Amino acid sequence: MNTFLQLVVNGLGKGAVFALLALGFVIIFKATEVVNFAHGSLVLFGGYLVVVTRDALGWVGASLVGIVSAGLLGLVVERLLLSRSRHADANSLALLTIGVDVIVTEEIVRRLGVTLPFLGDAWDAKPFQLGGITLFRTHLVALGVAAVLITAFWLAFKYSNWGVAMRAQAENREAAALMGIRSSRVTATAWLVAGVLAGVAVLFIATQDFSGAGLSRGTHSIALAAFPAAILGGLDSTAGAVVGGLVVGLVEALSAQYVSFDFSKSAVFLVMLVVLVVRPSGLFGTRERTRV
Amino acid sequence: MSEVDAPPEPQAPPRPRRNLAKLVRTAAWLALLVVLLALPLYLDAAWLKAGQYMMIGGVGAIGLTLVVGQAGQLSLAHAFFLLAGGTAYTVLSGPAGDDRVIGFGLDPGLSLLGAVAVAALLGLAFAPVAGRLRGIYLGVASLALVFLGLYFGQSAEELTGGTSTGRTPAPFSLFGFPFTNDGPEITLLGVPIRQAERTWYLFLLLTVLAFVIARGAVHGRVGRSWRAVRDNEAAAAVMGVSVMRAKAGAFAVSSAYGGLAGAMTVLWFDILKPDESEFGTYGINVSIAFLAMVIIGGLGSVPGALVGALIVNGLPQVLALYSADLGWFSGTGDGALTPVLVSSFVYGAAIVLVVLFEPGGLAAIGRRLTQRRFRRQPPEEK
Repeated sequence: MNTFLQLVVNGLGKGAVFALLALGFVIIFKATEVVNFAHGSLVLFGGYLVVVTRDALGWVGASLVGIVSAGLLGLVVERLLLSRSRHADANSLALLTIGVDVIVTEEIVRRLGVTLPFLGDAWDAKPFQLGGITLFRTHLVALGVAAVLITAFWLAFKYSNWGVAMRAQAENREAAALMGIRSSRVTATAWLVAGVLAGVAVLFIATQDFSGAGLSRGTHSIALAAFPAAILGGLDSTAGAVVGGLVVGLVEALSAQYVSFDFSKSAVFLVMLVVLVVRPSGLFGTRERTRV
Repeated sequence: MSEVDAPPEPQAPPRPRRNLAKLVRTAAWLALLVVLLALPLYLDAAWLKAGQYMMIGGVGAIGLTLVVGQAGQLSLAHAFFLLAGGTAYTVLSGPAGDDRVIGFGLDPGLSLLGAVAVAALLGLAFAPVAGRLRGIYLGVASLALVFLGLYFGQSAEELTGGTSTGRTPAPFSLFGFPFTNDGPEITLLGVPIRQAERTWYLFLLLTVLAFVIARGAVHGRVGRSWRAVRDNEAAAAVMGVSVMRAKAGAFAVSSAYGGLAGAMTVLWFDILKPDESEFGTYGINVSIAFLAMVIIGGLGSVPGALVGALIVNGLPQVLALYSADLGWFSGTGDGALTPVLVSSFVYGAAIVLVVLFEPGGLAAIGRRLTQRRFRRQPPEEK
């Protein structure tokens, strides 16, 4: 039972990080209907800048730089590439982000070479006991940070002008534009926010407790596991992203323990497949309807 | 993407310009074929090996362009079907009675057909899922297959040989004629036709077959139903196209092509070695590389897929061969630029540029160039 409880807490901790990443997918999808395949490279980019600036700025400063620069990269990709191809359909733009992802990821992996630095210094590898179970600090911090960020996002989405504009645009792009909503501004901030969330997530991913590995190509593939999270929750649902993230975290933690570590990566995708067969637009996603 | 092709008007008056264009095009294809047939007499084994690798890419990319471009279903599962085909070939042709791995000892030619069939069946098995999903949802769902393939490679050691050692496939032979250095010595114009040359001809035959069949499908009824489903599922259904069947068919055909490319891959490497991580011979990066070929070539265009394969699979090979002469990429270890890395940059950039400036890909550019010459020719099918 204790193992189980421990797994649940660890799974939720991991899930919180997946939720942050999945939320990034969802925000971009809601604002632009583009699925951002380059999300993993935003994660790597943020992490890489933490590595580069850590000696000069210390952990806190470097982390801030990493988070901000991941956001800025998202912004640059949107301004430089996506906003210039307004007439391309969303699916081609998704393919475009694959191209961006290949370039950024390969370059950062090349720069990292064989050094695979850990990022989460402040809380990493300091387990503590609580009523007979060993908890990793990383997971608890991740849960806390994700809870704060997601609540903040949710409040902004609900009450701020940006949130209103964003929701209007997600509802009907043209009508929103006619009502005076500057669609480019909404889109740009969506990418910025998604990048920032990716920059926060990497501080947890590249740690001893989370993945057991430092910043590497593996970090990118962990970010890919947030894909099923976003999809199984429903690509256009923010609540779905959170639920999806937690489900993915739990599935991964439990299957790694009870089946095998190798299986845990596929388990996540299997669960997603099952959900999709039952609900093709995810748990909370809007169903596409066709009328004849 | 083109709209659904109108069927050719019956008894249309012959248009000389159009016939001329057709003649020129056929002549060009034939000339290309002759050149490809003659190349083994002039190139050495290393270049032939590089060429074979491009043909593997070509076969796989043709399959992917059918499902992604023609039928409009995003698939990231191609690497899985590569692994499935490669494994099926190795298992079917492998010697029976090995106590470490399973083998059926079948004739290699038959095993190759078997590999294609197994991959097609796996594609069909995924069809119920593929039929229900659309666009990005399908893309990510198909990504699940790559992860399942990774797990399969790691755990089904009796079939795949396991990630650490892998297993060797039976060398290919057709009706007893070996595609190795053994067997009858053949000399053509003073050039001995050995393994590299023989495999070149085998791969060329497979590529041409793949190409012709795909062109046939695209031009025919099947292709029309795929494009109808791609453009509007509801409209296609109203017109009497069975949407589920068209989607499942496209997926199965594309998987069969993937399986063939996988069997070719195993023969090319002369080893079946499943990946240890999700990046490798059968990983996500390979799925993305195939998608890159298809996008760069122009979604849905069969010749475009071949050109895409030439760029994406050919570049690392050609760079590696040239770099030995030129002294490029001599660095090793940390931060070294390798041919693979450089070509990743190139095709990553090519995807971005194609989407930004020419969504029709190289096929659209090619079409524009030929149309300038034969101006009155109606737009070709994609």
